[in-house]
Amino acid sequence: MAPRRVVITGLGLVTPIGIGAEAVWNALLEKKSGVTRISAFDPSRFQSQVGGQIAGLSTSNAIPKPYRKSIRVMARDIEIAVVAAYEAVKDAGLKTRCMVERGECDGEPNVDPTRFGANIGAGLICADLNELAGALATATDENGEFDIRKWGSDGMNNLTPLWLLKFLPNMLSCHVTIVHDAQAPSNTITCAEASSHLAIGEAFRTIARGAADICICGGAESKINPMGLMRQELLRRLSTARNDDPARACRPFDAARDGTVISEGGGLLILEELEHAKARGAKIYCEVVGFGASSNAHSWSEPHPEGRGITLAIRKALDDAGLQPDNIGLIGAFGSGTVPHDRSEARGIRAVFGDRTAKIPTLAIKGSLGNNGAGSGAIDLSVAVMCLKNQTIPPAVNLEQMDPECGLNVVQGNPVDAPIDAVVSVAYALGGGQNAALVLKKI
Amino acid sequence: MSRRRVVITGMGWVTPLGDDLESVWQRLLAGESGIAKTTLFDASTFPTTFSAEVKEFDLAKYLGPEDAARHKHCNRNAGFALAAVKMAWDAAGLSGATKLDSTRIGIYLGSGEGPIDFDNFVAAAVKGWDREANGGRGDLDARKWCEVASQRLNAITEFEQDPNMAAGHIACQFNIEGPTFNTLTACAASTQAIGEATNLIRRGDADVVVSGGTHSMIHPFGVTGFNRLTALSTRNDSCITASRPFDRTRDGFVLGEGAGILILEEYEHAKARNAPMLAEITGYGSTADAFRITDIHEDGRGGIAAMRLALADAGLEPKDIHYISAHGTGTEENDKIESKAIQGVFGEWATKVPVSSVKSMLGHLIAAAGAVELITCVLAIRDGILPPTMNYSTPDPNCPLDYVPNKARKAEVKTALSNSFGFGGQNDTLVVTKVTME
Repeated sequence: MAPRRVVITGLGLVTPIGIGAEAVWNALLEKKSGVTRISAFDPSRFQSQVGGQIAGLSTSNAIPKPYRKSIRVMARDIEIAVVAAYEAVKDAGLKTRCMVERGECDGEPNVDPTRFGANIGAGLICADLNELAGALATATDENGEFDIRKWGSDGMNNLTPLWLLKFLPNMLSCHVTIVHDAQAPSNTITCAEASSHLAIGEAFRTIARGAADICICGGAESKINPMGLMRQELLRRLSTARNDDPARACRPFDAARDGTVISEGGGLLILEELEHAKARGAKIYCEVVGFGASSNAHSWSEPHPEGRGITLAIRKALDDAGLQPDNIGLIGAFGSGTVPHDRSEARGIRAVFGDRTAKIPTLAIKGSLGNNGAGSGAIDLSVAVMCLKNQTIPPAVNLEQMDPECGLNVVQGNPVDAPIDAVVSVAYALGGGQNAALVLKKI
Repeated sequence: MSRRRVVITGMGWVTPLGDDLESVWQRLLAGESGIAKTTLFDASTFPTTFSAEVKEFDLAKYLGPEDAARHKHCNRNAGFALAAVKMAWDAAGLSGATKLDSTRIGIYLGSGEGPIDFDNFVAAAVKGWDREANGGRGDLDARKWCEVASQRLNAITEFEQDPNMAAGHIACQFNIEGPTFNTLTACAASTQAIGEATNLIRRGDADVVVSGGTHSMIHPFGVTGFNRLTALSTRNDSCITASRPFDRTRDGFVLGEGAGILILEEYEHAKARNAPMLAEITGYGSTADAFRITDIHEDGRGGIAAMRLALADAGLEPKDIHYISAHGTGTEENDKIESKAIQGVFGEWATKVPVSSVKSMLGHLIAAAGAVELITCVLAIRDGILPPTMNYSTPDPNCPLDYVPNKARKAEVKTALSNSFGFGGQNDTLVVTKVTME
């Protein structure tokens, strides 16, 4: 039996530069930046005061009306995923339970729920401090210090009964599967910035082995909250030099970069078995042909100096695709914008592509977006899909002078048209050591 | 081409009843309880004052002082996992193995998030709360919060909270460079991890995968969360009997902690190095309820589908299953619907196949529960004896199956099935079988 082929039939993006794949694509071509001074809370005491924030997130317009009451138990990460799911399903022309109940299509759902799976990457979802701090403040003694006995007896009752469910990482997937009625395998990958690629890779395998015909997959995260910013700041990963020029703060691979920028966003893609997609007359963007993953075995906290794990992941993905490095027309880099991570990634890529690295156009979009955490990879991959479709590569904003230690051929200045037959997209966890790569091919 | 077979060649665990594979197993067969008053924090005024804690955990006992020092900052989850991997790795004979290809060894864990740095987090939250703001309703003063938090929180503790850190520590300690994943599908996580790890090996993406789960939610916010959901037993005056799966007087689950790790290996790879083959993973099924985040579908739809998929994957009929390790949490809803789902799949056979829940003794290890329970299935197959469901005294008409009440039972087990169901409707089932040599 021939192996089942897997294609991409829908893209759903929710980012600081736009909602929907077309909007994001156009914003990238126009070199827009979604990074601004943080307005969700007062950042003035933080060292890094800039971030990528999503404007106009309307979760209630992405779900059936009776489900709106559930929004109050959704962390921001979950809302982003729910909106991304709506965008993806709409783009794929799927008549799911959500679309039928919303009256956006006629008749009955055209998706068999038992063959519809989900595989969604999630971050470490931060508790909502506005809610939690207020509750904790009710359990203090006469000196204003927290008293755990008061918390146990009374204070905790100030939290809504469903409080815990707001922050479980599998709730991205749970809400999405409930809203769209997806009952096939549902998985949640929590490997920081590698999560989306790993989740999409797993969805690819799930369909290939026949456990589902369609999977909604990708990831979402929001670090735009005081705790999210504080954690990255303590880890010294953030740009602090350009608080007065936010749009220029995130500069992957640029010689003058000084760190990444927190952000929020996500992407969900519809992966579908080829014959299934053809049978329903779906628009097919491209085929997923390769997946590879690896671990750094040298450190759980620092990037590998030679990017060994990244090399391993790319090689495995190329092997899996049956392709050679020469077949790759576009490299989708992760490009977080920290000095050591960008160098590690670039070296890992160069080890695979050798001298050709300087000739292969490379995509790096975080200058416009900031670091979307567990949602990053799905946004990167979706933009790579658009490059493949349009045979055009948007430029990296803020890349003025390539760090000679990196030496990648990242497209800068203006969009470049290029013949692209196959793309490799790379992701890695900034901490923890997981790496993943996916290969897409024109169909 | 027939598909690659996946066998279990090593197992290790850290549980509320100890860490030694054999002695914990004997304690489970004897019906002992790992549940006691909570000591990890002052829970005396919480609705639930007890839990199943891992006692006196010291990573150096497993890794030696030098390596333990290297991992000294890792949180409770990662520490449990490192210890359990070490025991499983040694049992599988991998410590002395010289020809291992590190790029062909993977990790698929269901590790929970690390506990919040509670005292410091709370101090910042309380000091950052401006009671007067927002017309007296109060609001977070982010400037004040930042000043306190930046002084009190520290980078390493925050960094180690990410759920992928256990995998990161394991990869470094055991030199693993193959595909690495962490799944966190609540209480189903480690069963899902083992099922997906099985598929990694079957497909040829790895020859060996370190799999299982690790979790501790015995911390103030963990207990707060479950207490607010009214999911925990509040039988504070009799905590040893509080975990009562399938009993009519059950009133919730008991929170436990620990890790369960299994070394999964491709059959020929294991054979070539004369590794012990403890059991074979023959079936995996995974589904979503797609119903509600708070309730299980009342017909047990998702659980039924997961069990059926696992049986089909194994090429087995319901009557081929000799033992079911239930999710069996001891909540009103789970036990009723799981029993119904088993009846839905097994029909007439449902009352003949013994079903038990070791959560009656270990409590609920959340992300780690499924892996620990799968280990008990492997041991039941090996020894021909079933662990009991303890504290079973009052039959529930909604739970009409044979729950192996209160006493271990001898039974020949060739194949066992293990269920795990997570909050939000995640359902995962594994089937393990005695190994037949080719």
